[in-house]
Amino acid sequence: MTHNTRLDLNRRDLLALGTGTVLIAASPLSSHAEQADLDQARRELFGMRPVTEGRVTIKLPPIAENGYSVPLSVEVDSPMTKEDFVKRVAILSPRNPLPLISQFYFSPGSGRAKVDARIRMSGTQSIQAIAEMNDGSLWSGSRETVVTLAACVVL
Amino acid sequence: MKRFAGATLIALIPACSAPPAAENATEIAAEDIVSGSIFLTAETRDLQEDNFANPGYLWVDRGEALFSKAPASGEACITCHEAGLSGVAATYPAYDEKAGRVLNLEGRINQCRVTHQSEPAWEYESEELLSVTAFVANQSLGAPVSVDVSGPAQDIYEAGRDYFQTRRGQFNLSCQQCHTENWGKRLRGDTLSQGHGNGFPAYRLEWESLGSLHRRLRDCDLGVRAEPLPYGDPLYVAVELFLAARSNGLEMESPAVRR
Amino acid sequence: MASIRLAVPDAANVGEVIEIKALIRHPMESGHRRGARGEVIERDIITRFECRYLDELVFAADFHPGIAANPLLTFYVRASNSGTLDFTWTDQHGTAWSETSALTVT
Ligand code: HEC
Ligand code: HEC
Repeated sequence: MTHNTRLDLNRRDLLALGTGTVLIAASPLSSHAEQADLDQARRELFGMRPVTEGRVTIKLPPIAENGYSVPLSVEVDSPMTKEDFVKRVAILSPRNPLPLISQFYFSPGSGRAKVDARIRMSGTQSIQAIAEMNDGSLWSGSRETVVTLAACVVL
Repeated sequence: MKRFAGATLIALIPACSAPPAAENATEIAAEDIVSGSIFLTAETRDLQEDNFANPGYLWVDRGEALFSKAPASGEACITCHEAGLSGVAATYPAYDEKAGRVLNLEGRINQCRVTHQSEPAWEYESEELLSVTAFVANQSLGAPVSVDVSGPAQDIYEAGRDYFQTRRGQFNLSCQQCHTENWGKRLRGDTLSQGHGNGFPAYRLEWESLGSLHRRLRDCDLGVRAEPLPYGDPLYVAVELFLAARSNGLEMESPAVRR
Repeated sequence: MASIRLAVPDAANVGEVIEIKALIRHPMESGHRRGARGEVIERDIITRFECRYLDELVFAADFHPGIAANPLLTFYVRASNSGTLDFTWTDQHGTAWSETSALTVT
């Protein structure tokens, strides 16, 4: 947590949290740097394997009133049989202090490759989900959410 | 005076878009009284109304457990309140004869802790007090706020109203200016509600926790850079009474979910 | 004290896919926040959730600080035989909280 997190703290705009503490406004960061972090997290999880767009549906509200708890729903199109099922889904952010938000692991016993969770979002961004099937193929989907933060007065 | 309120709002938020248009009147007409929940997005309102997923119920559950459990020296709350406390929270704050003062729900619960259970009062905003308050408040879900400000409560009501109408802090703004004269208008990412307390204790997404109305009031005072009052301060109880009287008839929503 | 809320049906037909909701009280302290004195508040999060059905892992999740406080999950399990569903949350220190629920399959 120490060294890397500190770097992240300086580099990225943060979710401003807590009571009475000053909200930190969004800083204009180059989108390249952000995308690079997501890409690296993706390589760490899946190596250099090709990812095809499709089969993954993400639902997020178009506008979230703040980034503390945004409802996320991810579903992967799969029969979920022993022969053909989703093994895992990684949820990635190009803008949070840490790009990897969560990984969900499924099995044929899941019956349905769908999960809902609530995530933190440091500002407006496009969340990406990458699904790995039991045959090793990778599929992805993404969705953008505008995050409004009250940043003028701390209330 | 009214125009000045709007001008101040704009002045203190230079970076904010959409300056407020004409201000509302200095009092909200009874038919215009609305809960803070109508200013939420559909997703947040859905979370409030989902009585499984609303995280506030984690505190309500805990409160229920505490309500049923006997403390070291006395009887459990439930022993004396077998019939439950349905509708009670909607009548608080209220003047208490024995205490000789106006108590809010937290104060009333602590009164029982001390006089009926021989236990020390729970600290304000402690896990225990928040949980039990949420449990008791939740038993008034949907009941109309109906506080009584006659008799000995009158002076306290007036002290609360004065606090509400007095400008304070570096921004020199009163509660009244934001919540009565400018409700419905945007303050950056937020929409100003009418500032009712009917949802509290409430789960605020920004707190990532349940919190009391006094915590909310402290945030509002801090927001205008004023020194907030301590938790449980009699003056905040007075403000709470004024807020409740101002919202009489509105449905209780605790545990509400707020931004 | 951990508070857990579970919404699990207690009966299902063979082959039916049931919806499960699981909510736990936890701050999910991200490690990216600063306290009143500007100090970084240390990370304290649940890192793993597991659901076992008839002792077999059917669904799991790894949590990172991007998961909101008081994590709520909705997921699915295909009913096959009567038996128990076990739910376990484990935090970064290895502390675990569990709940069990019985499912009758007909
Ligand atoms: C600068 C404007 C401003 C001032 C002044 C202000 N507030 Fe607020 N208040 C807000 C904002 C913004 C919120 C959060 C959104 C909302 O509900 O209005 C809020 C929320 C509230 C809420 C919660 C309402 C709900 O439904 O969740 C209450 C109660 C409240 N304020 C009371 C007060 C009181 C009492 C004062 C004076 C001590 C005060 N406010 C001063 C801006 C202000
Ligand atoms: C030994 C019996 C006893 C116990 C234990 C007790 N109470 Fe009470 N409670 C009373 C009585 C009697 C009253 C009526 C006012 C009075 O005489 O104090 C009351 C009043 C109240 C009220 C206000 C009811 C109203 O209509 O205004 C609330 C709320 C309340 N109690 C909550 C609690 C909670 C919460 C606990 C546990 C922490 C608790 N009580 C424990 C006896 C008890």
